[in-house]
Amino acid sequence: MYTTPSDTDIIQQVLKGGQQAYATLVERYQNYVFTIVLRYVKSREDAEEVAQDVFIKAYRSLADFKGTAKFSTWLYTITTTTCITFLRKKKLEVHSLDNEKVFVVADNIDGGMSANQVEQKSKVNMVNEAIKLLSPEDAQVITLFYKGEQTLEEIAQTLGKEVNAVKVQLHRARTRLKDKMQKHFSAEVRDLN
Amino acid sequence: MSTTINNEFSHDEEMEARIWAYIDGLSEEKSFIEQLIRENAVWRAKYNELVELNQLLHATELEQPSMRFTKNVMEEISKIQIAPATKEYINKYIIRGIAAFFITVIVGFLIYGFSQVNWSAGNASKHAGIDFTQVDYSRMFNNTFVNLFMMANIILGLMLLDRYLSSKKKQWQ
Repeated sequence: MYTTPSDTDIIQQVLKGGQQAYATLVERYQNYVFTIVLRYVKSREDAEEVAQDVFIKAYRSLADFKGTAKFSTWLYTITTTTCITFLRKKKLEVHSLDNEKVFVVADNIDGGMSANQVEQKSKVNMVNEAIKLLSPEDAQVITLFYKGEQTLEEIAQTLGKEVNAVKVQLHRARTRLKDKMQKHFSAEVRDLN
Repeated sequence: MSTTINNEFSHDEEMEARIWAYIDGLSEEKSFIEQLIRENAVWRAKYNELVELNQLLHATELEQPSMRFTKNVMEEISKIQIAPATKEYINKYIIRGIAAFFITVIVGFLIYGFSQVNWSAGNASKHAGIDFTQVDYSRMFNNTFVNLFMMANIILGLMLLDRYLSSKKKQWQ
């Protein structure tokens, strides 16, 4: 019976010289990493470049992975720092958590998007679109919690914050998401109901 | 009027926070929240609204990079090597040696200092029985013993600097 190798087993294999085994880790986490990067970097080309950089950095520092935390937590930490470095290099504006300007900027990004341009009129797609309108920090905490299979403790470790701070951040992010949905997609929600 | 709105908002926020904690399975007042949802229409409506959003968030899909993504990463990593673990840069014996050195110096100074104190001299009520004017500091810092420690310190410092510079040199190569 074939069992899927654990992240730790694959890492041990890579560290012993089995470089090709790393492809399994890349396959396993590429969507998670790419999604988180897209929360920071809006262009898909740039996001792909940054996501690749994340996996290259992770490979280079693989010997430093102690296994005390999950590999995904360690990888998401690299993802976050790589995204911030990329934005700094590009001199793009990094939005702060409580900065109300975030919403102005996000609304401007969304400026050209009318209700008709929402690709599919399903609630899930609306949630996805609404997540894109959030600040990178809000979008990231939601992605880590719902899609990254991370507990609040692990997210706190990834973001270098206290667990309570992450709890508050997650709550605020969800409230803002709800506001975004009401503001931008209320008509679609009514149509669906 | 604005006070009323603020109060209503904070109450609403608090209610949402408690319901989210319940939905996330992190609530410490589970049975009380369940009772509120059962008996209070406002709480029930809010709970239904948040549960729906929670389900939608779970149903969202991850973005996918291009088909060549893994291949691109593997091509890139084939050109590089895994860096040795950071902890291997630091020799444990050196760290332990430095720690032992400083502990010895501190203990040495303490023993030497206390041995210089004339415990019977001065007024016992002053400074918990120690008359600091009686301590001969010049003798502590002007003898061969201190000079030797200083020399050892400088040598250790130079050794550390040498290790640091050689590791930097390796990184550049």
